[in-house]
Amino acid sequence: MRPGTEQTQRLRVTFAKEEEVKYISHLDLMRLWERALRRAEVPLLHSQGYNPRPKISFASPLAVGITGQREMMDVMLERPLAPLDFASAVNRQLPVGVTLVEVQEVYATLPALQTQVQGAEYLATVAVGEDARQLEERITSLLGSDQLPRQRRGKEYDLRPLLEQVWLETQEVGHYVLGIRLRAGDQGTGRPDEVLDELGLADQVKSITRTRLYFSPAGEE
Amino acid sequence: MSVDIASLGSILPHVVKPARYTGGEWNSVVKDWDQTPIKVALAYPDVYEVGMSNLALMILYDILNSQEDVLAERVYTPWVDMEQAMRTSGIPLYSLETRHPLHEFDIVGFTLPYELNYTNVLTMLDLGRIPLLAEERDDSHPLVIGGGTGTYNPEPLAPFFDLLVVGEGEEIILELLQLYRECGSNKNQYLTRAAQLDGVYVPSLYEVTYSDDGTVREVSPTHPSARPVVTKRIVDTLPPAPTRVVVPFVEAVHDRATIEIQRGCTQGCRFCQAGMIYRPLRQRPLEEILTTADQLLAATGYEELALVSLSSCNYVGIEHLVEQLLNRHGPSYTSISLPSLRMDSFSLRLAGMFQGRHKTGLTFAPEAGSDRLRQVINKIISHEEILGTAAAAYESGWDRIKLYFLIGLPTETMEDVEAIADLVKQVFSIGRRARGNRAQLSVSVSTFIPKPHTPFQWSPLEQSESLEEKHHLLRRLIRGRGLKLNWNDPQTSVLEAAFSRGDRRLSQVILDAWRRGARFDAWSEALDVQRWWDAFASQGLDPAFYAHRRRPLEETLPWDHISTGVSKEFLVAEYHRSLQGEITFDCREGQCQTCGILETFPRDAEAMRRARWGCVGTQRGAG
Repeated sequence: MRPGTEQTQRLRVTFAKEEEVKYISHLDLMRLWERALRRAEVPLLHSQGYNPRPKISFASPLAVGITGQREMMDVMLERPLAPLDFASAVNRQLPVGVTLVEVQEVYATLPALQTQVQGAEYLATVAVGEDARQLEERITSLLGSDQLPRQRRGKEYDLRPLLEQVWLETQEVGHYVLGIRLRAGDQGTGRPDEVLDELGLADQVKSITRTRLYFSPAGEE
Repeated sequence: MSVDIASLGSILPHVVKPARYTGGEWNSVVKDWDQTPIKVALAYPDVYEVGMSNLALMILYDILNSQEDVLAERVYTPWVDMEQAMRTSGIPLYSLETRHPLHEFDIVGFTLPYELNYTNVLTMLDLGRIPLLAEERDDSHPLVIGGGTGTYNPEPLAPFFDLLVVGEGEEIILELLQLYRECGSNKNQYLTRAAQLDGVYVPSLYEVTYSDDGTVREVSPTHPSARPVVTKRIVDTLPPAPTRVVVPFVEAVHDRATIEIQRGCTQGCRFCQAGMIYRPLRQRPLEEILTTADQLLAATGYEELALVSLSSCNYVGIEHLVEQLLNRHGPSYTSISLPSLRMDSFSLRLAGMFQGRHKTGLTFAPEAGSDRLRQVINKIISHEEILGTAAAAYESGWDRIKLYFLIGLPTETMEDVEAIADLVKQVFSIGRRARGNRAQLSVSVSTFIPKPHTPFQWSPLEQSESLEEKHHLLRRLIRGRGLKLNWNDPQTSVLEAAFSRGDRRLSQVILDAWRRGARFDAWSEALDVQRWWDAFASQGLDPAFYAHRRRPLEETLPWDHISTGVSKEFLVAEYHRSLQGEITFDCREGQCQTCGILETFPRDAEAMRRARWGCVGTQRGAG
């Protein structure tokens, strides 16, 4: 923050990343937002130094191929702007598939959003391959295991401590919807596709969406 | 019928950078497929990130989509993993806007920027379910047309295209469209009428004959509408630059807003094809650039604006332009860049203006190591000027300088190559004195490849063995902390040299190599040169015949039926002058060098002044 400028403002933006843009990476999404905000001509606060960058921070990267219903980021502005004015200026500049859900002003002194994320909930739609009872048995056995050793990019790690809950959300014609709750943060971030793989469902996944992020008590949600 | 998103859902999660294939970018134009009569696919024969950096395609996209009865959609080459996945799943190559297969378009227009992506053209046609050879296509298939630098020697690609446009596309594209409205459904009629337009080459209306020694005897028309010589098209005045350009999601190679501030170059470097084929020089008015910049940045949100041209420092009023742009867009943290700098104090001052305190680095191109060789190639800058500029750059706060050189230039000796190393060492020691351990110097050495329509079009590509020797010498001499040396692979140079000056028989080699699996030959991770040597051998052709042979001045060149407006007499004269070490001054600094542009496109002095041509106009027809 610039010294002596008390007028800076922090807006917490909740947005959806939908089907149309689910294949763009986190880095691409960051660029997309920066350019949309520049087109909307909102007064972005920039970092100091030789290479000033806008101060935008995302709560948690979303893996490629997964949609997000309540993704979050904090945007710092160099002068206050009513959340509603921000929303109406920005809305017109967003590509199809990125939608504003909520904009609220938060204390500029709150800790960085990404440090407060504790975990996330996902819903996965899976093509029916077996009856519900068998699936539930497998979920129970998965949750009952002490460890789930896996490899990610050649490194060994244990998925089990990152996995909080798996449940059968709904059962519809032709598919199931599974709920998955995973930890995220300094101790590692669990991935829903890995949980589905452990359940032997990797080839039956039709879509995955992150429904919400949850935060430590100091956070907003 | 458009490609169903669900079928893509099963392959996209498994390919690299899937957003290359999903479209939906900001400013992309999606028109109603069923309600729009003429459907054009604009194809770029390389991956999305490279294609999205191409200004020509964006200009055509803008022009075509501004026509009410036309839709233009983009398509790029799928990377090898995606091609494989598409073939396995039976998915045809589709456009990004509405995901229609290529074969459902009326016109497929390729831009052809580089010889080493010719096989990608075949991949795209084949994946798009269009027969590869023009003679295999009938009225039910799209019209396959091409434009861009590749058409200045169209022969290696000739059998794959119905029609090629030589020169600038902004006006001819509308004429070709009008003709399509009149007789598009009848390919024969369309092509014979199109062949009468300036700048249009219809390969099927020409016959190539060869002499016993394997050289071209003649390329001659077989139809009365075909012209014996096709002269390139130019626009008198640069048309307005596009402002609502597509902003990619996946980071493009040049991920920034771009304005072409001038076209053409008058410096006359003898190795440079662009400098010869894009003449005359036309400058975009300063006021227009400022307005365009405002609109472009507002419509895209880009944080960087590049002012491009072959030699931006030569833009009259460049300092004033950069200053104005910084005043207008600096406060919103937009940076300005100028990709081609001269090695002089003026350029340094300019770079100081737009890089400000953030001195990222400077790139210069001395091209050769010795004054003698620089005179041969007409790169008019002395040893002292290079050292002086380098000293001033390091002293005014830059830590990082990059120098570009060519090796294998005509008349080059080992002494000239050693001179590169000497120059590099001198520049670096200046850097050390000024910046201490922070000084960095990176040196990039490319192989000189003789190109058509240049004074060196008769020169051989140097043999790989002696190029290796020169690389070896440079690697031995240029080393140490803070010094970095890059060079390119001599094998790819042989291919590039063969195709840039090849004849029509090479189309069979391209087809053969493609069938053997050649893809993305410009990418070292995809290139397998053995496929190419096998393809040459199976067609009974020798790459050395095309790449390494010194061609006699009287030989018929495979591209002699294509005219850039620069006369062959001028190129011959320049060739002789180069061997004498005689320099030819930039025509804007003195008198007209009679390159032929004014004879080909005669204009009076007033017309040239209005269109802001760089020609000094001391010549016939120039009042």
